[in-house]
Amino acid sequence: MKDNNIKGNNEINKDICMKVNIAGIEFKNPVTTASGTFGSGMEYSDYVDLSRLGAVTTKGVSITAWYGNPTPRIAETYGGMLNAIGLQNPGVDVFIQRDLPFLKTYDTKIIVNVVGKTAKEYCQVVDRLSDCDVDMLEINISCPNVKEGGIAFGQDPKRVEEITSLVKSHSRKPIIIKLSPNVTDIATIAKAAEAGGADAISLINTLTGMKIDIERRTFLLANKIGGLSGPAIKPIAVRMVYQAANAVKIPIIGMGGIMEACDALEFIMAGATMVAVGTANFINPRATEEVIEGIEDYMVRNNIKDVNDLIACVR
Amino acid sequence: MSVAIKKSIKVLQNIRIEEGVYDLRLEAGDMAMDASPGQFISLYCDDGGRLLPRPISICEIDKETGNIRLVYRVVGNGTREFAGLKQGELIDCIGPLGKGFTLEGKKALIIGGGIGIPPLLELAKQLKCEKSIVLGFRDVTFLDKDFESYGKVYISTEDGSVGTKGNVIDAIKANNLEADIIYACGPTPMLKGVKEYAGSNNIRAQLSLEERMACGIGACLACVCKSTEVDHHTNVNNKRICKEGPVFYADDIVL
Repeated sequence: MKDNNIKGNNEINKDICMKVNIAGIEFKNPVTTASGTFGSGMEYSDYVDLSRLGAVTTKGVSITAWYGNPTPRIAETYGGMLNAIGLQNPGVDVFIQRDLPFLKTYDTKIIVNVVGKTAKEYCQVVDRLSDCDVDMLEINISCPNVKEGGIAFGQDPKRVEEITSLVKSHSRKPIIIKLSPNVTDIATIAKAAEAGGADAISLINTLTGMKIDIERRTFLLANKIGGLSGPAIKPIAVRMVYQAANAVKIPIIGMGGIMEACDALEFIMAGATMVAVGTANFINPRATEEVIEGIEDYMVRNNIKDVNDLIACVR
Repeated sequence: MSVAIKKSIKVLQNIRIEEGVYDLRLEAGDMAMDASPGQFISLYCDDGGRLLPRPISICEIDKETGNIRLVYRVVGNGTREFAGLKQGELIDCIGPLGKGFTLEGKKALIIGGGIGIPPLLELAKQLKCEKSIVLGFRDVTFLDKDFESYGKVYISTEDGSVGTKGNVIDAIKANNLEADIIYACGPTPMLKGVKEYAGSNNIRAQLSLEERMACGIGACLACVCKSTEVDHHTNVNNKRICKEGPVFYADDIVL
């Protein structure tokens, strides 16, 4: 059955264009992975042909290995999940030595998510990765689960502009600034990233949330507060992508609760050039490929030749 | 090791064997062929609002029929939904996942506590050496009869209603049980006790751990435990329970 699907898609591909372009980089289709939900692709390569993806966006990479938060690190909530992983990662050296060569064996673009506790740490990672064969860097100024760095940079327009221009000055790769939804006005933050020189923005990261275990009368997460993701947050994410798209000229990578192609199409129509599949990977390891196939089916069904014709079409 | 598969499988039986404890038999096919004791299967809820699959350790594997037995406790809305599964219905599953027990030793002590007991049944069946089985319960026992064909069973209950009054360590001491290998699964306080007992008696021990999981395949880093050494994958002192575990050597982890 899988063979038939692939054959069917190859036939479809002859007639429609799924290619999108961000900062001069051409992606074979508009679907990538949301940082932190896909590791560096290795675990999912058993389920998904990574070469089918427009890009793989990696889990956040820091200058040294990070341990992450105590467990429990996740809690399910209705229609979503809270996580407080705390950006655990093996550090940029292991990423470059182990994970990057693995990803390079596939025909896909590589977007590396960058995290740091200080502005200097972001720049150190960006410096290292600028010498590597990666396509774009996504600067995570929106993680709600770490005490330093992360969201601390992402909630004040002045700091967003500062960190963006600082990172941009260190980077020899195009940069994406990943924005937090935990702000009063997303348009202002998006404009600040653009003013700082961002080549693109991605949104939304998770919304901060909490779950309480009423039997044990305590917090479900060891970190007490976590980031909410999954279909529960999709309407908020679509709204914010729409508002950001109206505020800036740089391309947008939209995400937040995409489970299937129809969700991805909402983001594209709201103004996203690319979309990222996140929490859905945990539920269905093949979610990314199925989203791509679903977008293609939609285009064939509606006689749309170029996916770019759908971007921001509801303006 | 073969790749876990996600598919819909048929429920052959789902009966209550004790208050809040259910015995689920699934027509698992290939999943059963690939499964080994100590591995788990993640079951999906039918209610789309409950997104994450629920990891449940495998209780018994029948490679001839391709059937798998899971014994689980109702602990929340997801497992409550599973309790309502009826014969002939389909359920989405992914598995087998994780790394199970390594069969070794000449004289084994199999130690289970509460809902940690079921995954030890297939182990007890496959383990060919001399073995003593120690099962700890709060009060009411379950599954203990199933173990009797595979070794001498010793029971501890907190209230003393059956077997030794106290915990599994009390039962081991009361019966002067000896071993060169320990296999254990149960609540973390029990595993801590077993780890300490194994350490002070210089016995090698394999412990099966539990943690809240999201992906189940090693990508999300939700279900980690502390490790004694820097782990080769994470490059820090923790290991993924769903991938390098759920079974670990006691010396390799910190509880």
